[in-house]
Amino acid sequence: MKGKTAILEGSRAVAEAVRACRPDVISVYPITPQTHILEDLARFVSSGQLKSQFVRADSEFSAASIVYGASAAGARAYTASASQGLLLMNEVIYAMASTRLPVVLTAVNRAISAPITIQPDHQDTMSLRDTGALQIHVESLQEAYDAHVQSFRIAEDPEVLLPIFICMDGWVLSHSYEPVTVFPDEAISEFAGTFQPVQKLDPAKPLTYGSYADQDVLMEYRYALMLAQEKAREKIRSVTKEYKEVFGHFDGDLIDTHRTEDAEIILVAMGSMVSTIRAAVDELRAEGRKVGLVKVRTFRPFPEEEIIKACGKAPLIAVLDKSLSVNTGGILATEIKAAFYGNPVQPVIVPFMAGLGGKEVNRRVIKEIVDIACRAGDKQGPRGDTIWMGLDHGFFS
Amino acid sequence: MMDLLLGGVCKAGESKKLETGKWRSFRPVVDRNKCIKCGKCADYCPDSCMEIKEDGAEVNLYYCKGCLICIRECPVKAITKEVEEK
Repeated sequence: MKGKTAILEGSRAVAEAVRACRPDVISVYPITPQTHILEDLARFVSSGQLKSQFVRADSEFSAASIVYGASAAGARAYTASASQGLLLMNEVIYAMASTRLPVVLTAVNRAISAPITIQPDHQDTMSLRDTGALQIHVESLQEAYDAHVQSFRIAEDPEVLLPIFICMDGWVLSHSYEPVTVFPDEAISEFAGTFQPVQKLDPAKPLTYGSYADQDVLMEYRYALMLAQEKAREKIRSVTKEYKEVFGHFDGDLIDTHRTEDAEIILVAMGSMVSTIRAAVDELRAEGRKVGLVKVRTFRPFPEEEIIKACGKAPLIAVLDKSLSVNTGGILATEIKAAFYGNPVQPVIVPFMAGLGGKEVNRRVIKEIVDIACRAGDKQGPRGDTIWMGLDHGFFS
Repeated sequence: MMDLLLGGVCKAGESKKLETGKWRSFRPVVDRNKCIKCGKCADYCPDSCMEIKEDGAEVNLYYCKGCLICIRECPVKAITKEVEEK
């Protein structure tokens, strides 16, 4: 299908997609760098372009609770947040996932205090990784648009029914301008369908949400989330495939790869950094270096099999992390190492902390990472500990 | 047992089936000869387990969690505790 290509701000691209998917209820509390999305959606509602209930909240906890209630009542519900706001939503997101409410949430990734910062990293959404919510990380504004259109279908599938986060790096994606192809609202709306709840709050047939469960079934409900995420794998594959057929765009399903065939070193990363790595990989390839890229698109469900398959026989993997589990290292790297446990091919996995708190990760830094990782076999090379790129060691003396 | 649906959702009123009395370590025992049927125990019981009958207070042991607030509030010390042995 032919769309209209325009130079859009990242937040606007998201708002365009959300408008076309026609959520019944929107509740968002402003927080940098998410606020432009809220402002655009509020403008769409006030001008009549979007017929949603736009509920103002007094905090992110309230905003999440409002969309929880809306979703339980059978409404298509949307919210967005960042950083501290996501942490404040944490308790509600757990409840949302466990009670199987398919709320769509834009997570504009921003580092966590203290010291207070508005720089982008993945610490906020990583803090919510165990809630049961699905997490898709996007690398470009086009993908942000595409992923939002896909998200309602994935989350609301009767076999999935889980909240979904579309994660996009603050500023780098939310506030930058790029050409984005936007499709007619009617076409998007048709693709996104409508939410058909399997159960909902109804005064005629009252239900209790958040009822009590003892030791006899609580574990079963947690396991049910594992099964639902497995179903989400298939759904993400089929929805992204269908999106490609209808709109001609494909940004990867669970992962995406770039020049991995015959690669001797593979870089693994998520989010906007992936775009920079693509460019760096092309430059290194031009110099004859056999470098490839695996983009982890869905952090939940985690694509172990896809990553292992994409890495093939590559002897060396460098993982670039923008989040930290204190005392164990980069969270993505830890999960990748776990994925390779027991695998017949055992590559050397070198974890890098790159971009935490908005520390610069440009093509030069990425090439440096490749050089350091390639020394993994040397005596003076890395030993498996996380390598912190750009860390000012003088800071600690 | 409560009949729970997808996501632990249940029909309204389903929690009536939840036997919270199983959580009890001590059981309140009412001495009907001392009970003056003032209804204070019923007023203070957080689980509405006390009912004032013709011959005195009666404990609903299906729901009573054994918090023993009734013993503390009884003005005539008509309620004592016994260890729950199961």
